[in-house]
Amino acid sequence: MSKYTEDDLEQELKTQEYKYGFYTDIESETFAKGLNEDVVIAISKKKNEPQWMTDWRLEAYRVWKKMEEPEWANVHYTKPKFQDIAYYSAPKEKPKLNSLDEVDPELLDTFKRLGISLDEQKKLANVAVDIVMDSVSVATTFKKTLGEKGIIFMPISEAIQEHPELVRKYLGTVVPTTDNFYAALNSAVFSDGSFCYIPKGVRCPMELSTYFRINEGGTGQFERTLVVADKGSYVSYLEGCTAPSRDENQLHAAVVELIALDDSEIKYSTVQNWYPGNKEGKGGVYNFVTKRAICETNAKVSWTQVETGSAVTWKYPSCILKGNNSVGEFYSIAVTNNHQQADTGTKMIHLGKNTKSTIISKGISAGKSQNSYRGLVQISSRAENARNFSQCDSLLMGNDCGAHTFPYIEVKNKSAQIEHEATTSKIGEEQLFYCNQRGIDTEKAIALIVNGFSKEVLNKLPMEFAVEAQKLLEISLEGSVG
Amino acid sequence: MLKIENLQASIDDKSILKGLNLEVKAGEVHAIMGPNGAGKSTLANIIAGKDDYEITEGTIELNGEDISELAPEERAHNGVFLSFQYPVEIPGVSVTNFIKTAINETRKAKGLEDMPAKDMLKMIREKSELLEIDRKFLSRSLNEGFSGGEKKRNEIFQMAMLEPKLAILDETDSGLDIDALRIVANGVNKLKSKDNAVIVITHYQRLLDYIVPDFVHVLHNGKIVKSGDASLAIELEAKGYDWIKQELV
Ligand SMILES: Nc1ncnc2c1ncn2[C@@H]1O[C@H](COP(=O)(O)OP(=O)(O)OP(=O)(O)O)[C@@H](O)[C@H]1O
Ligand SMILES: [Mg+2]
Repeated sequence: MSKYTEDDLEQELKTQEYKYGFYTDIESETFAKGLNEDVVIAISKKKNEPQWMTDWRLEAYRVWKKMEEPEWANVHYTKPKFQDIAYYSAPKEKPKLNSLDEVDPELLDTFKRLGISLDEQKKLANVAVDIVMDSVSVATTFKKTLGEKGIIFMPISEAIQEHPELVRKYLGTVVPTTDNFYAALNSAVFSDGSFCYIPKGVRCPMELSTYFRINEGGTGQFERTLVVADKGSYVSYLEGCTAPSRDENQLHAAVVELIALDDSEIKYSTVQNWYPGNKEGKGGVYNFVTKRAICETNAKVSWTQVETGSAVTWKYPSCILKGNNSVGEFYSIAVTNNHQQADTGTKMIHLGKNTKSTIISKGISAGKSQNSYRGLVQISSRAENARNFSQCDSLLMGNDCGAHTFPYIEVKNKSAQIEHEATTSKIGEEQLFYCNQRGIDTEKAIALIVNGFSKEVLNKLPMEFAVEAQKLLEISLEGSVG
Repeated sequence: MLKIENLQASIDDKSILKGLNLEVKAGEVHAIMGPNGAGKSTLANIIAGKDDYEITEGTIELNGEDISELAPEERAHNGVFLSFQYPVEIPGVSVTNFIKTAINETRKAKGLEDMPAKDMLKMIREKSELLEIDRKFLSRSLNEGFSGGEKKRNEIFQMAMLEPKLAILDETDSGLDIDALRIVANGVNKLKSKDNAVIVITHYQRLLDYIVPDFVHVLHNGKIVKSGDASLAIELEAKGYDWIKQELV
C-alpha cells in the first residue's frame, strides 16, 4: 500500500459513516439512567453479543453489586451515584462530513492547541488513528495495511463479532471481573474500546493510536482495551484522551489488559488530559482505571504515561512478571494543578527468575492539588535474582500543594536487588529569575523547567507524542503562578 | 545607554544602595570594583529587574526610557544581559535548548518568527568556537555539575548568542583558570562594538588587563565613591580599599 494521505483518510471516513447503523437510523440514543441486570443485558443485546459475552457481563455485574467502593487511596471526592449514570450512549448523528475539519471542531481545537492538528498528523507518518467518541468507534484507519501483516486492530465490540475465539481466550485473564470495584463495573457495562492482536513474530510497522473522549453529559465511560502480543512480536500502542469542559463530575473507569507472550514486547503510552475541573475544583472527570500487563518468558512491557487531566485520578498500571527474564517498566509524569487529586503509581509483581523492573515517576504539583505516588514492588519466593530500580521525584510549585510517596516493598527472596530513590524539589525563584533574565517569561520558564524535570519520561514517548505531551504540560500548568 | 540617578534600594527594610549614580554610554566599558558586600551584585540584579528589592528613590533609564517598572524578561528583550555571579542549575534542560528558547522568546517579543534551525545551529557553532566550548558540552543540562569555570564560560556563550546592548558581567572572572580567562575576555572583546556597552564587576585587575575599561568605579557601602580611568584599578590592586574608605571620613 502506498503512502496513506489525509485525503485517503477523509475518503475512508466518508464511507465508514454508513457502516455503523446508528448513524443513519438513530438520532441519539442514551439508555435511561441506572444499573441492573436488565441494563447489562440490554447493552449486550445492543451490541449483538454472543451469549457467552452476555453471561460474562452478568457475572461481573453480580460480583460488582456485592463490592464496596475502595477508600484507601489518598483522594477525597463525592462518590459517584452509580444509579444516576446512563450506561450506554451512541453518538448523535452529525452532518455529512465534507472535510476532515468537520470531524469534530472541539476535538480539532484541542488538537490544534496541542500542536497536533490533523494537518500535522498527516506528517506524523505511521500513526493509525482509531477515534472512539462516546463509547462507539466512528473511524478505524489503516486497517488494510495492518491486515496484510495479520495484525488485528479494531473496536473491541467488532472483535467480539469477528474474532470471538481470541477475545474469549484472553478477555479478563489479566484483570479478572472480580479484581476490584471499578474493574467489575467496567466488565459489566463496557461499551467499547480497542482490541489489538499482533501475530507471532510480527513487528507492528506503525504506532497504533486511539483517541478517546467523553462527550455526552452524565454518560459514564467504560472502555475496555485488550492488547495481545503473540510470541516474538512487537507493538507500540498510543492512547490519548481529550475532553471538553463540563460542569458535573463524570466517571471514567477503564480497563486495559496487556498480554505479552514469550519474547514479545509491548510499549503502551498514554497521554491523558481529561477535564480536571475548574479553578474552584468544580466539575472534572473521575478517572479510575485498572491497567495491567502479564509478561511471559523474555517478554517486556513498558507503561509510559503523562497524566495531566481529571479531577481525581486513581491509576496503577502494573506488570505481572510471570515468565523468567521478563521485564516491566513504568515511566510516569503526573501533573496536578488547582484542586486536582492524583493517586497513581505502579505494581511490579516479580514471579519469574531474573525478572527486572524499572519505575521512574515524576510528580508535579501546583495550586492546591495533591499528588501521590503509590508503588508496590513484590518479589515472590521463587523469583531468583529479581531486580528493581525505583525513582520517584516530586516537583512542587507554591506552598498549597502536596506531594506524597508511598512505596511498598515486599521481598520473599533474598537474592533480590532493590533500589529506591526519592527526591522532592521546588521551582526556585532563582531559576525563574535566571530564565526571565534571558528573555523567557515566567510561564514559559516553568514549562521549560517542568519539561527538564520530566525529561527521562518524555524521552520514552514516541516522538510525535512527546511533542504533544510537552505542550500539554505547558497548558495544564498555565496560570499556576503569579 | 544606561543612566542611573540617585538610586536607593533596600531589601526587607535593609538599605543596600544609598544614592548611586552611574552613566554608561554606548561603546564604553565600565568596571565596578569594591569590597565584599558593597552592593555590586545588588546593583546588577536591580538593573536586570529582580523584584526582591524595593527601589525607594531614583531612576534607571535605558536609552532614555525608564525601565524600573519593566519585568526582567522585558528588560532582556530590550538588550540587558546579566552574567550571573552564581548561575543556577536547571536540570534536564540542555544548554542548546535553553539558549534556543531564550533567543526565540526574545524574537517573539519583537514580533519576529523563530530563528530557523539552520541559522541557530550555525550561530551556535560560531559562538562555541569563539569561546572554545566543546559542542558535547552544549547537550548537557544547564549548569548541572558544571565546574565553576564552565559555568562562567557558559554565561559568556549565552551572551554571545543573545548579542545584548548592555552586558553586565558579575565576577565572570572568578573561577576561570588563566587560559579560560583569556579566552572569555577575548570573546567579550570580540563582541564589543560602538553600539553596545559592558559593565564588568570584578575584584581583580587581572581581567582588566584583557578587557580594558574606559572607566573604573569604586562601589562602597551602596554608593559609587570614586571613579577614574583604568589606572585606578591598578592603584586599587596595589593599595586595597582602606585609603578610599579613609578619604571618605
Ligand atoms: N536577599 C538578601 N537579603 C538580605 N540581605 C541581602 C540580600 N541580598 C543582598 N543582601 C545584602 O546586601 C549587601 C550587598 O550584597 P551584594 O551581593 O550586592 O554584594 P557584592 O558587592 O556583590 O559583594 P561580593 O563582592 O561579595 O559579591 C550584603 O550585605 C548582602 O548581605
Ligand atoms: Mg557580588
